[in-house]
Amino acid sequence: MKTLFDKIWEKHVVDALPDGTIQLYIDRLYCHEVTSPQAFAGLRERGLRPFRPERVTCIPDHNIPTLNQDKPIEDPVSKKQVDTLERNAADFGLAYYGLQHPKNGVIHVVGPENGLTQPGMTLVCGDSHTSTHGALGAIAFGIGTSEVEMTLATQCIMQRKPQTMRITIDGKRKPGVTAKDIALYMIRKMTTGGATGYFIEYAGEAIRLATMEDRLTICNLSIEMGARGGMIAPDRVTFDYLKGRDFAPRDSEWEKALAYWETLHSDEDAVFDKEVFFQAEDIEPMVTYGTNPGMGVSIRERIPALESMGETGRISFRKALDYMGFQPGDPMMGKRIDYVFLGSCTNGRIEDFRAFASLAKGRRKAAHVTAWLVPGSWMVERQIKAEGIDKILAEAGFQLRQPGCSACLAMNDDKIPDGKYAVSTSNRNFEGRQGPGSRTILAGPLAAAAAAVTGVIADPRELMNESLTSNIDF
Amino acid sequence: MKEKFTILTSTCVPLPLENVDTDQIIPARFLKATVKEGFGDNLFRDWRYDKEDNPNPDFVLNQPAYKGDILVAGKNFGCGSSREHAAWAIAGYGFRAVVSSFFADIFKNNSLNNGLLPVVVSPEFLAEILTSLAKDPAATLTIDLPAQSIANHATHHTAFFEINPYKKDCLVNGLDDIDYLLANKARIEAYEKKRL
Repeated sequence: MKTLFDKIWEKHVVDALPDGTIQLYIDRLYCHEVTSPQAFAGLRERGLRPFRPERVTCIPDHNIPTLNQDKPIEDPVSKKQVDTLERNAADFGLAYYGLQHPKNGVIHVVGPENGLTQPGMTLVCGDSHTSTHGALGAIAFGIGTSEVEMTLATQCIMQRKPQTMRITIDGKRKPGVTAKDIALYMIRKMTTGGATGYFIEYAGEAIRLATMEDRLTICNLSIEMGARGGMIAPDRVTFDYLKGRDFAPRDSEWEKALAYWETLHSDEDAVFDKEVFFQAEDIEPMVTYGTNPGMGVSIRERIPALESMGETGRISFRKALDYMGFQPGDPMMGKRIDYVFLGSCTNGRIEDFRAFASLAKGRRKAAHVTAWLVPGSWMVERQIKAEGIDKILAEAGFQLRQPGCSACLAMNDDKIPDGKYAVSTSNRNFEGRQGPGSRTILAGPLAAAAAAVTGVIADPRELMNESLTSNIDF
Repeated sequence: MKEKFTILTSTCVPLPLENVDTDQIIPARFLKATVKEGFGDNLFRDWRYDKEDNPNPDFVLNQPAYKGDILVAGKNFGCGSSREHAAWAIAGYGFRAVVSSFFADIFKNNSLNNGLLPVVVSPEFLAEILTSLAKDPAATLTIDLPAQSIANHATHHTAFFEINPYKKDCLVNGLDDIDYLLANKARIEAYEKKRL
């Protein structure tokens, strides 16, 4: 009577201290350029080398430009961070997929699509969206730089066992509702701190029916409820997705792995510390109006009234709306926007581009909108071209950029200007997240496309019709 | 070896906002350093300075009446990204403890790994501390880590706070996890042999 989480966790316990602190073995460490330099410096100071270099993969993604990647990075500070990662990987014998490498891209897109992330693993990265990898039935979570150093030095970290929560989403989602909408709906209901201290397992019909890309989006946003991670029991969808990928096991190894992976599900009588239930039919396309991902409404709803907020939350609510330039009670529909960003570890996968293109097809980008379409990886970019999606987008007035984290956190040049509104498929609408003074409205890929072609917040369902979506199953 | 944390008595800086995320604590554009030092200068950068880099007089760090080693903040402090730079910025600015009714998980771990003590108090006690600070910026708190207690001298109220014994031991003795893990390497190798 064990949960999926317990089954994987227990297999990775190296030692347990009397107070319950666990020394946890880590199967794979992903390193990017922003949260690793101080960890490598720490190793050097202590005269250490990585304990298990074959378990570490280094990929620069946060800082990199999304144009002209064949040329040297112009920003000297960004260049230094990327060069530092490359040098650290070379000095310590670690796998490195740098700029222009066919496996470069956003770490949380690259890991799963290359089969580096597998069911039953423990994975960490100095990035809170490491929760993404849980979609394949792994325990994956974000850590700080001190913990990156610990993992490099010993392949272990010291952790308290989190509590377990199961979120069951029954039923089937309605047309025009994406995985992102499910996630934004859950974050609104749970609030941004509602799952703090928990590790989530997502279950229910809507999850079982979801594609791998959908599941990656849902697990990606677990951290926005405060959860350390989110996971989904591996099933046929997972195995079909993984089979044949570069680092997936092959032949007899595959059969052996599969036999184990098939045991990775919560037992029927497993007990969770908390259970939450949602109904897929209740979920509409979502947008956010405020400065944290929990401040969302369904697209036809109005921004809440001040009176609906608790006493202590009102200062923060008022501050958020002032920042956004919105009023309590405003409708979201029809609000003029300036930028659209499609991409990130949340929505930078092939299905997101298919969804966006399904609404862009036969339409034109609104003249006043600047749109940045950034594939999550070169593999996604190659697939976009193979499917001819780039041509559909080009005919509609959209150009593709090169892979990277880009405007999600605006560490490169892709910054939303002060005061401008961006409909963004990324994960955070914090003040200044997409550039100083930027105003972010989080949404799924369909709502982003609807905004891009109309120039305002629009209900994507109004743009959908049978002929455009007949070959795409939402 | 890190600085040891035992008993701290100090005035405080109040920040009565909820859900203060790590992008506010240290915006992403300041994460490009490859060392741990210097982040304190950009702590709460976009609240602390206006667009022309002039100090914003409304923000608490620019109010001379409020200073001290303890930051007191609203619930869900440190949510968002895993960047340890947030803990480096707060510690780099000179804070040694943060008091709130609720902390985000990764921020809490990052703080503990940098000798910055997150102290969780009840929402009622937090409100009381913030009221004391609003009335008198010179009000002091005492945080006693060995006793796991926090005292508000303005009201003579003291509360107990939770911290796991392992982390407490690390802070009190100035040790970190790597010291512990390196000493435990034989066990890691034995584990690998057994499982892999």
